[in-house]
Amino acid sequence: MDRIKHAFASKTNLLNTYFTAGYPSLHDTIPLAKALVDAGADILEIGMPFSDPLADGPVIQGSSSVALANGMNLPVLFEQLKGLRAAVPETPVLLMGYLNPVMQFGVEEFCRQAAEVGVDGLILPDLPLAEYEEFYQETFKKYGLKAVFLITPQTSEERIRHLDRLSEAFLYLVSGPGTTGGTTLPDAVAQQQYFERIAALKLRNPRLIGFGIGDKAGFERACEHAEGAIIGSALIRALEDATDAPAEAARFVRGIKPA
Amino acid sequence: MTATTSYQQPTERGYYGQFGGAFVPEMLYPNVEELRTQYLDIMAEPEFQAELKQLLRDYVGRPTPLFEAKRLSEKYGTRIFFKREDLCHTGAHKINNTVGQILLAKRLGKTRIIAETGAGQHGVATATVCALMGLPCVVYMGAVDIERQAPNVARMRLLGAEVRRAESGSQTLKDATNEAIRDWIANPVDTHYIIGSVVGPHPYPDLVARLQAIISEEMRAQLLEKTGTELPDFVVACVGGGSNAAGAFYHFLDEPSVRLIAVEAAGHGIHSGHSAATSVLGTPGIIHGSKTLLMQDEHGQITEPYSLSAGLDYPGIGPLHAHLGEVGRSEFIAITDDDALAAVAECSRMEGIIPALETAHALAALGQLGAGPDDVVVVNLSGRGDKDLETYLKNMDKLV
Ligand SMILES: Cc1ncc(COP(=O)(O)O)c(C=O)c1O
Repeated sequence: MDRIKHAFASKTNLLNTYFTAGYPSLHDTIPLAKALVDAGADILEIGMPFSDPLADGPVIQGSSSVALANGMNLPVLFEQLKGLRAAVPETPVLLMGYLNPVMQFGVEEFCRQAAEVGVDGLILPDLPLAEYEEFYQETFKKYGLKAVFLITPQTSEERIRHLDRLSEAFLYLVSGPGTTGGTTLPDAVAQQQYFERIAALKLRNPRLIGFGIGDKAGFERACEHAEGAIIGSALIRALEDATDAPAEAARFVRGIKPA
Repeated sequence: MTATTSYQQPTERGYYGQFGGAFVPEMLYPNVEELRTQYLDIMAEPEFQAELKQLLRDYVGRPTPLFEAKRLSEKYGTRIFFKREDLCHTGAHKINNTVGQILLAKRLGKTRIIAETGAGQHGVATATVCALMGLPCVVYMGAVDIERQAPNVARMRLLGAEVRRAESGSQTLKDATNEAIRDWIANPVDTHYIIGSVVGPHPYPDLVARLQAIISEEMRAQLLEKTGTELPDFVVACVGGGSNAAGAFYHFLDEPSVRLIAVEAAGHGIHSGHSAATSVLGTPGIIHGSKTLLMQDEHGQITEPYSLSAGLDYPGIGPLHAHLGEVGRSEFIAITDDDALAAVAECSRMEGIIPALETAHALAALGQLGAGPDDVVVVNLSGRGDKDLETYLKNMDKLV
C-alpha cells in the first residue's frame, strides 16, 4: 500500500520532521532518519542541499552550506539512501529541494533512482505548477512519486482546489508569509482565520502545517487545524552543537511528541 | 517606434526560446502573478506614459546625448559614438527602470519598496525614486560590495533608504538578490520588488527591457540626425544581468545589419577560476526564478563569480541575452579586470569622461570589433566612474 496514504489512514497528529542530508556530518543522513522514526516521527522530509535556497531562512541555509561543504550531492545522497528502507521500512519519505540540482542530474534519472531507493514523494518549491503539469507530472507518476504542493495565506481558493485535485499525498500549509524557520503573520487571529478558512474548504487531501513550528505547544496548536505539522529549522538548530546527532534528534522528537 | 518583434517579446509564460519562465515558490506566486497580469495594461495607460515621459525628461534628464568620441574614433579607425547614460540623474542607466517601476508600484497600491544592488547604482536609483514618491525603501547589498562601493552606500542612506547587508555566499549581487527575494516572500502584500536588471522571474526581464528600451529608441533618432541613418553597424554594451545592453539593443533586435556586442567580465581571465563570463562558463539552469545560462558546478550548485566590477559580478545573464547568444543574434566578448582598467584610463584621458568600471568593459572591446572606417559604432556609456574612485585609487599604478 501507498506509504503516505497508509500513514494518514492509520494515525492522527502526524509529525513530519525535516532535516538536511549530509548535516551535521556527511554520513548522518541514514542514522538520523532511523533515530527520528524510532523516536516517533511519522513522516521524513530529507533536504537536498542547494547553494541558493530561496524559500529557506538562515537556519536551513546554514545547514545546506555545511552539508555542501561536507561533500553532499545527489549521487552521494542516492548512494546513502540505498540503506533507507532497511532503516525505516514503513515511514513515508519525501525529498525536498530546489529544481536546479534535479535538472542537472536529469529529471527522469532522478525519479528513477528516488523510486529505486524507496522515496515516496517530492517537494520542489520552485517547480511552477504549470511546468509540473506540462513536463514533470508524467515522469513523477511513472515512478510512483507523489508531488507535494505548498499553500500560503495568499493562495486563491481556485488555485487551492486545483492543487487539491492534483495532489495524491498531502497539502503543505505554509503557516504565514516568510521563509522556513520564521513567518510573520501579523497576529494569531489572522493565522487562526487562515487555518479555519482552509479547513472549511473540505479538501480531499490531508494537510500538514509547516514553517516556524518549533516546539510542543506549536505542534499541538497546528494539530488543532490540520492532520499534523512539519518541523525543520528547530530540529536543525538542535543538531547544531550536538555531539551525538541521532541521539539529539531522538530527544528532540520525544520533546515534541512524548510517547 | 518599431513594431514589437519575436526577439523583443517573450511568450505568454515569459520564454525567449528555451530561456526564461517564472520558477518561483508558491509564496511568491501571487506577487509575480499580480505583476504579470497587470504590467502591460498599466504601462499602456496614457496617464502612465505621460507621467513616465515627464519624469524621464525633467527628473532623469532625457534624452541623453549621443556624443561622437572623435579621438577614440581616430585611434580605432572607425566612427565611435557614446550614448551618454552616465549623464542620467544618479549617474547610470539604472534610473530609467526605477522611475518606471515606482510608477507601476504606486498603481499596484504598494507602499513599501525593496531592491537588490551590486555596484550600488541600482540601489541609489531605487532610493532616489522612493524619496521622490515618499515610499520607504530597503536595499539589500552584499557585504563585499558594501566595502567596495562605499560612496553609493552613503548616497542610499542620505536618500533615506535602509541598506541591509547580505552575508551569505560570496556576499555580492547574487546573495543580495536572494535576500531581496526572501524579503518579498515575507512581505507579499504591501511590497513591490524593483529588480535592477533583465533577470528574475517573468515578467521582470520583459518589464525591465521595455523600460530601458528608451535608450535605443533615442539612439535611432539621434543617429539619423548625426549620420543620416538610424542604423549603426555595431552596438556595444556591458552585461551584468544585461539591462543596459537590453535597452541599447532593443530597437535594433530586428535589424539584422546591426551587430549587437555584449561584453562580459572575464575577471582574472575566462578560465582562471575567477571570472564572471557566463556566456562561456555558463550552462542552462535556474537562478533567481529564471531558466537561463548560469555558472554552476556539475551538481547544479551555483558557483561564485568574480569581477573587480561589482555590477558585473553575477553568475547568470538575463534570459533574453541567453537566447540572443544561442541563436547568434548577439555576440559575446569577455574583458579582464586589467583591460577594463586600461579602458578607464584611455577614456578618461582621451575623451575627458571617467566611466564606471562596468562601462569600461564595453569600451575595452573597441579594439576587438574589427570595425572599419565607414562603420558606425555606438557604445552604451552605461554609467560614470564616481562610485569607483576607491577602486581606481587602489589601482592607480595601472591607470596613470
Ligand atoms: C554603470 C553600470 N553599468 C552596467 C551595470 C550592469 O548592469 P546591467 O547589465 O543590468 O546593465 C551596472 C550595474 O550595477 C552599472 O552600475
